[in-house]
Amino acid sequence: MKRTSLYETHLAAGATMVPFAGWEMPVSYAGTVAEVAAVRSSTGLFDVSHMGEVSVSGSGAFDFIQYLTTNDAARLSPGKAQYSLLLNENGGVIDDIIIYCLASNAYLIVLNAGCKDKDWDWLQAQVQGKANVVLEDVSKSTALIAVQGPKAVELISQLTGQENLSELKRFQFSRGQCGLIYSRTGYTGDDGFEIFCESADAPSLWQKLTDAGGVPAGLGARDVLRLEAGYPLYGHELDAEASPFESGVGWAVKMNKGNFIGRAALLDLPKNRSLVGLQMDERAIPREHYPISANGELIGHTTSGTWSPTLRAGIAMARVDAEFAVLGTPISVDIRGRACPAKVVALPFYRNGV
Amino acid sequence: MPTPIDLNFSSTHEWCRIDANIATVGISDHAQGELGDVALTLLPEVGRMLQRGDKLGEIESIKAVSDLYAPVSGEVVAVNEALDDAPELVNDDPYGKGWMVKIKMTQPADAETLLDSAAYEATF
Repeated sequence: MKRTSLYETHLAAGATMVPFAGWEMPVSYAGTVAEVAAVRSSTGLFDVSHMGEVSVSGSGAFDFIQYLTTNDAARLSPGKAQYSLLLNENGGVIDDIIIYCLASNAYLIVLNAGCKDKDWDWLQAQVQGKANVVLEDVSKSTALIAVQGPKAVELISQLTGQENLSELKRFQFSRGQCGLIYSRTGYTGDDGFEIFCESADAPSLWQKLTDAGGVPAGLGARDVLRLEAGYPLYGHELDAEASPFESGVGWAVKMNKGNFIGRAALLDLPKNRSLVGLQMDERAIPREHYPISANGELIGHTTSGTWSPTLRAGIAMARVDAEFAVLGTPISVDIRGRACPAKVVALPFYRNGV
Repeated sequence: MPTPIDLNFSSTHEWCRIDANIATVGISDHAQGELGDVALTLLPEVGRMLQRGDKLGEIESIKAVSDLYAPVSGEVVAVNEALDDAPELVNDDPYGKGWMVKIKMTQPADAETLLDSAAYEATF
């Protein structure tokens, strides 16, 4: 089992550790509901150093990225980041990623921990024969701390003294000393930053952030927050079997940008299903893979679900027949044999200031 | 949290406080800690007859669903309706306001199958 450079810090803080994608990670510290509340009202801290980071450089880096990913990398410039997808030749999603443009023909790609080995093999296979592209796996030396919540930007600005952080727009980033990157991104639906640093520097940075009032939060809170924010999670909303157009991430596929891996297959893939949000009418918790019906007919399944402490309601994302993807449509979720009423609602369930 | 000495426990982590022939039932502090934040309890109707070991209901935390089993046989004579709006009482006060049901016992000898506080604490 792999450990991040903050492992000892988590243990000392009394975290409950669980296995996640081959890593020993904190699932909670004081309790998931309290940690969700901290992010929604002040500042939460997440160790996401288990995520993979790959540097792509060389004179062919831009062309390589543009061909391997679905979003339009031509919209990137130094200091900007972009959500994108890696597709296979069949149009299925290999991973969802964020691409950071560090300089002309120099990028950093952030990969899901659970997909990292597979992604790295895929990237290496694709780079064969391209002498002008250099890939480097920098995951081990790179730590990533997410600082999220309505007071996160103020906290980081005061703590680091880094100028003009509050002026950065969403998906813009600023580089500091010692390899630090302050990125106005996150996976919670609240404002905040994700801070890249050298792994060895992470414990002291984490200590400063907690001393300044940041509340450590675990994977349990992270999953609730990303669901409330309507963000997909690979292996749930996204996988190699489903088209991005049936997974709620069609906006990140730019069919007119030029050719890219998976594009030809996407032209022929059906768009019969849609990813929607569901909210339960009564107190009930829809969890993943629960059947959904309308008028007695099976119309799809939930892909993720939870109790939302913020909305005080059971919520889920679900892939359903497209004709039912209309806001307000009454549907029924089969919760372990009980038919529980719910409605199709807009995604995200929650968004604050971003 | 110290385990109250006036309780008996099942090996499936329900506690009972037995007063004459009425058993008040909840889940242990250990169990609520393992479950994490309780978001929902599904409890039986008053009047339901249960055999010891029958599924009594479900407790759902944010991370998991857990079945609740009847630690004694009898009739459900009360259900803690406060949990409908405040299921977190199971976390905050597992041996008090977080109680779940009261069972009028039909087999008083059931109590002898349960663990006392010290034995439960030593096991879990």
